[in-house]
Amino acid sequence: MITTKEIKFDNETLAMVQSIIKRYPEGKHKSALLPLLHLAQAEFDGWLSVPTMDYVASLLNIKPIEVYEVASFYSMFNLKPVGKCLIEVCRTSSCWLRGANEIVEHIGNRLGIKNGETTADGKFTLKTVECLGSCGTAPMLQIGEQYYEDLTFDKVDALINEWNNKTEHSKYLDVNTFRKN
Amino acid sequence: MSKKILLEHIDVPGIETLEVYRAKGGYASVEKALKTMTQDAIVEEVKKSGLRGRGGAGFPTGMKWSFLAKPEGVARYLVCNADESEPGTFKDRYLMEKIPHLLIEGMITSSFALGANTSYIYVRGEYFYIIKILEKAIDDAYKAGLLGQNILGTGYNLDLHVQAGAGAYICGEETALLESLEGKRGNPRIKPPFPAIAGLFACPTIVNNVETIAAVVPIVNNGGDWYAGIGIGKSTGTKLISASGHINKPGVYEIEMGITVEDFIYSEEYCGGIKNGKKLKAVVAGGSSVPILPADLILTTANGEKRLMSYESLADGGFATGTMLGSGGFIVMDETTNIVENLYTFARFYHHESCGQCSPCREGTGWMEKILHKILDGHGTLEDVDLLWEIQRKIEGNTICPLGDAAAWPVASAIRHFKTEFEEFVKNPSAFKKVKHYHNMHGLATA
Ligand SMILES: Cc1cc2nc3c(=O)[nH]c(=O)nc-3n(C[C@H](O)[C@H](O)[C@H](O)COP(=O)(O)O)c2cc1C
Ligand code: SF4
Ligand code: FES
Repeated sequence: MITTKEIKFDNETLAMVQSIIKRYPEGKHKSALLPLLHLAQAEFDGWLSVPTMDYVASLLNIKPIEVYEVASFYSMFNLKPVGKCLIEVCRTSSCWLRGANEIVEHIGNRLGIKNGETTADGKFTLKTVECLGSCGTAPMLQIGEQYYEDLTFDKVDALINEWNNKTEHSKYLDVNTFRKN
Repeated sequence: MSKKILLEHIDVPGIETLEVYRAKGGYASVEKALKTMTQDAIVEEVKKSGLRGRGGAGFPTGMKWSFLAKPEGVARYLVCNADESEPGTFKDRYLMEKIPHLLIEGMITSSFALGANTSYIYVRGEYFYIIKILEKAIDDAYKAGLLGQNILGTGYNLDLHVQAGAGAYICGEETALLESLEGKRGNPRIKPPFPAIAGLFACPTIVNNVETIAAVVPIVNNGGDWYAGIGIGKSTGTKLISASGHINKPGVYEIEMGITVEDFIYSEEYCGGIKNGKKLKAVVAGGSSVPILPADLILTTANGEKRLMSYESLADGGFATGTMLGSGGFIVMDETTNIVENLYTFARFYHHESCGQCSPCREGTGWMEKILHKILDGHGTLEDVDLLWEIQRKIEGNTICPLGDAAAWPVASAIRHFKTEFEEFVKNPSAFKKVKHYHNMHGLATA
């Protein structure tokens, strides 16, 4: 869960960083901050440590504080370590109407954790979130890039079993998500 | 009858690919606009069409475009708002996922009309799988010479990029979106200046919703008069409605403006009626921000006329007895729904999403969430209901951006139309079966 790797992108990712910076006018490279933080979080175990954020600041030649203030604003950026599988369950109106609270409760019971907690083995973190734009297929949850919709307890159980056997981290994106300009 | 304009080819296998999309007539508007029309002529057609912004506010698109400042030698930008985070709304996601080239085509034609040479599509970060789809579509469009330098040999240049958000409803507000696109926190700007004068990188900028941009394609192809002939009154054209909640067929429906609400809820063509044969209790017709209406008022106006799916008819009666079309996020609640608990999910949402710049919004949304939580836990009093009313009243109109109003309206309307339910709840909480459950949930409440 805690990063042991050196905080440095590989050459492929560094090339993508340059490609992303080119999307903005000369001198406006700070616009690349959100995409870079996403890449960094995906690369460095699903969260943004201070050394990771400082590394992103150095890539964009901006002050570390400019990175911290942004990273702390957006809910998708984790400033603390999370489990290998981050389960994000929507429980806003449309999902609540179709049983989201029961889904949250079921997952909590299955994993023996409460909302916001991580299992002792570091495998799962449970987090409730607000509307993910999947209200027509409620209840729903997100793991990494993937949406899981029209949930039932059986579907949730199958997902937990599936992720129990995985070794990789759930991720919203990888280096190939963005187009090379 | 359903009228499909944007979704006409949605069921064609492979429509997400450039080849099939083009075989179905895709990118005709780019050919027509770039080769045969002037920028002003396109803006004129959009004005004639009566198209109104589909992001929620319903501002006339052609008029907005005509406000764009055009100082010599200064770049202009078109930014597409694909932040789609208003609870109950999922139409932009559907459109981008199923027919991504319609948005790319609309971006090219609209960027040309506005004289923009770089444009961005700002997509909420949770939609990364959509971002992949858009990036592929953009890549294919570049390879086909529809983007980049000298598009279709016309001399027009356009670069189009996708920008990922990172989880913040407030970044759907256009100036917060621009801040975010500049790599900052999503704090809305004080207006004026409006983005059309000083927007992205302090340059003149137009921000439009995904569905608005998509609608420009058929308008350019068929003319503004043709589009204006569809729909009813000042609600021209079609609208994508995201239908969710206690209905038999949740999903995204394209409707011609002016069909009755009753038809939309009960006909097999759309929602297919209330789930499990239950009765209708209430509807939030345009996304979480718009006033909730009880069954009788959503089906008929206070004057006894059938309520229609249009900007004007939904707003008929003002906030006393009407609501708004908003983003078209149509949330349906059956007779078993606990209005207090539903409101709590909205209040929690707005508290979570307030950017914190203005005290009425930052503090007020927190208070409203806490009071509703207290009521749900069975400790509420009649004074708490009055206090909720007072707080929402003090937020409305006193903030930098409309999120404050958006947080106030659901509270105001729920109390306005369901006051007795609030009163019964605080007097006898155990009569509401959900309460017990709420105690169980308590440990799971968000930190
Ligand atoms: C809190 C808040 C959230 C908003 N979210 C969105 C959104 O997700 N998508 C959108 O298109 N417009 C949203 N808007 C409206 C935008 O500010 C803006 O009016 C719209 O993007 C303009 O495009 P249109 O004229 O094509 O509708 C939001 C406004 C507010 C105040
Ligand atoms: S109204 Fe709320 S969200 Fe909008 S600027 Fe003020 S504090 Fe931020
Ligand atoms: S309310 Fe859950 S996805 Fe919209």
